Amino acid sequence: MRGLKHRLGFAGRKLARMALLLVGVSLAAFLLMYASPLDPLQTNIGQAALGAMSPEQRELLQAYWGADTPPAERYINWLTGAVQGEWGDSLLYRRPVLDVIGERLASSAGLLAAAWLLSGLLGFGLGVLAGACRGRLPDRLIRGYCLVISSTPAFWLAILLLLIFSVWLGWLPVGLSAPIGVDTSAVTWLDRLRHAVLPALTLSITGVANIALHTREKMIDVLSSDYVLFARARGEGAAAIVWRHGLRNVALPALTLQFASISEIIGGSVLVEQVFSYPGLGQAAVTAGLGGDLPLLLGVTVITAALVFAGNLVADLLYGAIDPRIRRGAARGL
Amino acid sequence: MVPVLQVEDLSISFTQYTSGLRRRTISAVRGLNLAVEAGQVVAVVGASGSGKSLLAHSILGLLPYNSRMEGRIVYQGAPLTIDRLKQLRGREIVLAPQGVSYLDPLMQVDKQLRRGRRDAQARADSRAALARYGLGPDTGRKYPFELSGGMARRVIMAAAAMEQPRLLIADEPTPGMDAPAARRLLGHFRALAAEQTAVLFITHALDLAIEVADRVVVLYAGQTIEEAAAEDFQSVHRLRHPYTRALWRAMPQHDFAPLPGAQPGPGQAESGCPFAPRCPKARAACGQTVPYRPFGGGWVRCLYAEEGDA
Amino acid sequence: MKKYINNRQATCALLALSALLLLAVLVAGLLLNERAMATDFSRRDLAPCAAFPFGTDWMGRDMLARTLAGLSLSIRIGLLTAAVSAVLALLLGAAAGGFGRKADAAVSWLTDLLLGIPHILLVLLISLACGRGLWGVVAGVSLSHWPSLARVIRGEIIQLRQAPYVLTATKLGVSRLQVARRHMLPHVLPQFVTGLVLQFPHAILHEASITFLGFGLSAEQPAIGVILSESMRYLTTGRWWLALFPGLALIGVVLLFAGIGDRLGRLLDPAGIHA
Repeated sequence: MRGLKHRLGFAGRKLARMALLLVGVSLAAFLLMYASPLDPLQTNIGQAALGAMSPEQRELLQAYWGADTPPAERYINWLTGAVQGEWGDSLLYRRPVLDVIGERLASSAGLLAAAWLLSGLLGFGLGVLAGACRGRLPDRLIRGYCLVISSTPAFWLAILLLLIFSVWLGWLPVGLSAPIGVDTSAVTWLDRLRHAVLPALTLSITGVANIALHTREKMIDVLSSDYVLFARARGEGAAAIVWRHGLRNVALPALTLQFASISEIIGGSVLVEQVFSYPGLGQAAVTAGLGGDLPLLLGVTVITAALVFAGNLVADLLYGAIDPRIRRGAARGL
Repeated sequence: MVPVLQVEDLSISFTQYTSGLRRRTISAVRGLNLAVEAGQVVAVVGASGSGKSLLAHSILGLLPYNSRMEGRIVYQGAPLTIDRLKQLRGREIVLAPQGVSYLDPLMQVDKQLRRGRRDAQARADSRAALARYGLGPDTGRKYPFELSGGMARRVIMAAAAMEQPRLLIADEPTPGMDAPAARRLLGHFRALAAEQTAVLFITHALDLAIEVADRVVVLYAGQTIEEAAAEDFQSVHRLRHPYTRALWRAMPQHDFAPLPGAQPGPGQAESGCPFAPRCPKARAACGQTVPYRPFGGGWVRCLYAEEGDA
Repeated sequence: MKKYINNRQATCALLALSALLLLAVLVAGLLLNERAMATDFSRRDLAPCAAFPFGTDWMGRDMLARTLAGLSLSIRIGLLTAAVSAVLALLLGAAAGGFGRKADAAVSWLTDLLLGIPHILLVLLISLACGRGLWGVVAGVSLSHWPSLARVIRGEIIQLRQAPYVLTATKLGVSRLQVARRHMLPHVLPQFVTGLVLQFPHAILHEASITFLGFGLSAEQPAIGVILSESMRYLTTGRWWLALFPGLALIGVVLLFAGIGDRLGRLLDPAGIHA
């Protein structure tokens, strides 16, 4: 009972910190956008149209964009609205921000999830292999791969894959999430899959490097530990040690790493979706930024930060549920 | 009688980079000789930095990758090759290290004892091994962090002695223990020796070594400098090497007189006797290589060893 | 007796060679700036050949010259932003490690906040706030890269404060500034230098990325991000060289910086004695 209470208290504190951080993120993003010299009137209506308007019309519009309210009041208004689920309207799409984000997120979700899982599994496997073969050929190859990939801009890798698979080989479509000129209802899941393959592949290839390198480091730590020395002294073979002691002890940090990589995957998707013209959340951020659609950009920033923080929270909770030192320690009220 | 373990002229060196760009070879052990017979407890005594742990790791073939080993290690009359070691490690030749850090923090005790086997026999063996050291089956379900220090040590003993070893190497098993706990542990070693196991007890504590061992081997700066019977330590005059005598005098129950100066660290010792700079009897000849020779019923590496007055 | 070249000496030689190569790119780019801008419609859309190893674009500009000019600009921006963010990291890390729990909590909160926003999005927001362009990139990249190095420095300082000799010095009444200068700086400095160099690859990649997205350097500037963003329009028409070579060259530069950082780290780290 005491353990459960302890754990709930832990989760509660984490949740409160996460909420506070989210408010911080929204405030920081708001201030940055407020500081920006971008004029929503100009970017949305255009210099020429603005010049042709009467002063009364312009004032009306300024009131509509809220350009004449002081920043503190505007932020408070936004925050109180946001808490009630009212995130304002996107200037570019002329629809509620949450609707746009929901639609874009739904289109990105599969992509992000696939890349997240694939890069995590592959990164873990390669990291374990490299750590276990430290200094030998597999380790050199994996480290080389990681070094080259982490030195490659994600968007250029996207361009390269596009050149190879779409332009040169012609196997996969060039961009978008569905064929052009086909009615939405006629788009099959196979079409969607074909359009998502390259973006997901790009994100996975880039995501692997970081996870593999960190897993490798951890694996090397484990293999040079006292308990592995004792296991070797007790006659356990190299493969058995990696399997029994290595995986067990590397899995927990890898889990944290995996959830921490959400941020990286979303960041990568901003670039990759741009290359493939994939109508996802990342592309929405770029479009909003270029078009001065501040409500949408603010919304996307807060939502992605919420995803990242939620990932960290899940990692913390899972850690507590899996690691016996925390699980049993908490149960004994330590 | 053929000794279970013979170590002849063992030397171990490391390749290291010092500050700047120089690479050098550091010799940590040079000229280490000892033998352990079945049913015997041989203690290897030395201050930290004398190469004690390297001895244990070299016998078990667990030296780090940047090290180089020379000399001969003979087990049951035949050289101990890596292939043989793979067969013997954990079965006939076992290690008893010290401390909870030698147990996998994320694995339950009895799972560690079973080494991955899941059959009923393995479970019974693991229970029996724990019971031998006074631990109930509930201990088997615990994680290492749930064990007290004493329980952890007994678990390690159980893990080491599970399969009637012929050679047990105990690497500094006593630090941090109070006297009764240390005595209990030494009792475990004697009990194993009574079952014809050869025990190599590596320690920095001379008093414990004298108490439990049949023979005591003294290490200084990576060299064996004396081998004596435990009874020889009853009188300082029966000891052969000036360093051993100094160790004896430094014991609380004797003169409690510390020896000034410090042992040269790995790679610092010059050629010749490494103890010469601290030795009251050192002469010019001590700068040359000093042989390890039989002397007065034991062994000594000193040109001016004194005959005992026993 | 023949003296063999050992690992460390080879490391130093490689370090010098990498630095020299980067310097050459930096200077060549500066010298080629004019040539990079020169348009000549008589030689447009040439595939790579002897005269134009990287080909030419639709305005007949020499892609090799453009690439070198872009890399040179990237290196210069990288130097500036890496330096700024490393100094920021040093200040914030030292504040967190050396000025008590409140400062530590504040810095850690700020770090968590920044790490919550995907990096590229954060750079985008800061660049937007500064009105994009060169200063947008510089501000965006340098203000967003400090957290990881700050963490390392914080950890180092906290560890050092517990070190026996530092505790003794404090007890003996040595002033805090003296302790920091004499006992902490020598330990933090190697970490700082390595961290500084390791900022380059990230800084350069983010500069290119943010420019590629249209939030960085303007289209008139010879930037790698601009080149690659333009190349997107000509991919489907088979002008692969517009994207391939500039990208490979960028990777080369980033790898050189990463290699320098890695080697420097191993040389300066007293624990890495076997390297």
